[in-house]
Amino acid sequence: MNAHGIVSADTFDCRVAFAEKLIELAEADSRIVAVCNDSVGSSNLNAFRDRFPDRLINVGIAEQNMVGVAAGLANGGFIPFVCAAGPFLSGRATEQVKADIAYSNYGVVLCAMSPGMAYGELGPTHHSIEDLSWMRAIDNLDVLVPADPEQTKAAMDWAVSSGRPIYMRVGRHKVPSVTPADRDVAFTFGKIDVTGDGTDVALVATGTLVSRALEAAKLLEAEGISARVLNVSTIKPLDAETIIKAARETRGLVVAEEGVLEGGLGAAVATTLAENHPAKAKFLGVTSFAPTGSNDFLLEHFGLTVKGIADAARKLVG
Amino acid sequence: MTISVWPDNKPLDVAAIRDLPEAERGEQLKLVAKQVRRLIVQTIDSARAGHIGGDLSVTDGLVTAAFGVLNIAPERADDPARDRLILSKGHCAAALYSVLALRGFFPVADLETFMKPLSALNGHPNRRKVKGVEANTGPLGHGLPIGVGSAVASKLSGKNWQTFVFLGDGELQEGSNWEAAMTAGHRKLDNLVAIVDRNRLQQGARTEDTASLDPLGDKWASFGWEVADIDGNDTAALLKAFTQDRKGKPLAVIANTLKGKGVSFIEDRVEWHHKVPSREQVELALKELA
Repeated sequence: MNAHGIVSADTFDCRVAFAEKLIELAEADSRIVAVCNDSVGSSNLNAFRDRFPDRLINVGIAEQNMVGVAAGLANGGFIPFVCAAGPFLSGRATEQVKADIAYSNYGVVLCAMSPGMAYGELGPTHHSIEDLSWMRAIDNLDVLVPADPEQTKAAMDWAVSSGRPIYMRVGRHKVPSVTPADRDVAFTFGKIDVTGDGTDVALVATGTLVSRALEAAKLLEAEGISARVLNVSTIKPLDAETIIKAARETRGLVVAEEGVLEGGLGAAVATTLAENHPAKAKFLGVTSFAPTGSNDFLLEHFGLTVKGIADAARKLVG
Repeated sequence: MTISVWPDNKPLDVAAIRDLPEAERGEQLKLVAKQVRRLIVQTIDSARAGHIGGDLSVTDGLVTAAFGVLNIAPERADDPARDRLILSKGHCAAALYSVLALRGFFPVADLETFMKPLSALNGHPNRRKVKGVEANTGPLGHGLPIGVGSAVASKLSGKNWQTFVFLGDGELQEGSNWEAAMTAGHRKLDNLVAIVDRNRLQQGARTEDTASLDPLGDKWASFGWEVADIDGNDTAALLKAFTQDRKGKPLAVIANTLKGKGVSFIEDRVEWHHKVPSREQVELALKELA
């Protein structure tokens, strides 16, 4: 592990860890079921289906029905993991998430597979870049974005033990492990994981952007700009204390997310800063419907890169 | 709430109705339905708000299910094996609340708080605040998917409870119902009953003048459901339908009803979707329901 927590150069698809963990959880707890919308393959549920054929409820291509069915299963004593592509889960079934899950207070884990611009060339219809804004706006719904496989698994443990209504992104874009080896648990609900104690700039990132922020911090350090990296894996409720501390102890913050700037992580950070400790900040995100291109190409297109984060930081402290 | 018009002023033992022979049950359910209609009128009068037309049309179905068929009781509100009663047409909360109150889930007197500031009795039902409510409905097209989930859970857990979902007919214009109908038919959920309150009126006009639903029974049948097409204001007919052979399929009961049933000047008039009767009209209505 290097000074900035990048454990290895290998990269991982969080869906693989998700699928393994779901089987492990289901072995231990007969209340756990999976609900999906014809997404057995894209959600990596083949092995789950083979192991627990009765506990995979595939409702077909019907997201509103899917979320309602999950609420009914929770009413009947089960813990449903709803697995569907992020754009359709968060967009097509928003009202069901609000009324059937959050307002009704059912312990359902809504798992948004392949979020952000993971579907690259398939285009904006298949990009889930508004989900953090939409889901953040719903009361009594926790919003999680694990940044690597370890965090994904630990977040699932927490989801089952908490019994809470939860929306969780499960990434498809391959990411390196960003969980420092000295952590007891990879994910702590409601807590930001801080790497480094730099006092020039705080790089606040979530999901796919965390590993990029860690790399940017390395670049900056070589130039004499000291940075700390905040991995925000609980978007809501936001760990305001750690954000305020970073604002107090640095000269500014760069916030980066694979999503729109209206209402997502950046907006949450901005509200926290404005009310508690106004600070200079730059917000990086997806600023328009994307042109055609791969996920990597599009992250580059919107400046959601190591260079993009480092440039924003230089400007902020320059 | 001055509810009592029981014969000889002797309240029925409503908890015992379910155990009566079928013929006697139908008769007693008629009496209960009358009490519930009186409660609905008074509840809406107290709030000066509500959806009186649909409340009065769905009353007989709700009463027959809650008092005549389903295994639900206030002392078993959290029993994992209880039957589930879901009011998908959540705007008819006053009807559901009146049924639950009369069944003892909460005091009848609480109905006076309907829609008042900070009351548990919101304009649409909330399971976190009202014992006996299974789902926070209101936006249409939500109850049947939840009912499908409950019916799947019933089979998966081996506890074998029944799930009854009450739908409006206008509500069936929401596509999510048909997603759920397809799933239920496919999975042969013979522990699920959908009751369509077929009063042929929606908020603004007749259903058949808005987005027609007929032939409604054929639609359900084509989705793999057993269908019973009955007089939905007749407790005996409802009782028969609710207990009929399901033939291994989910059951759709097309309950042909009159919107505003029981109050002559409200019956089958589009303007009484959520119009509130004047004080004089309330007196008239209660007289008709005496």
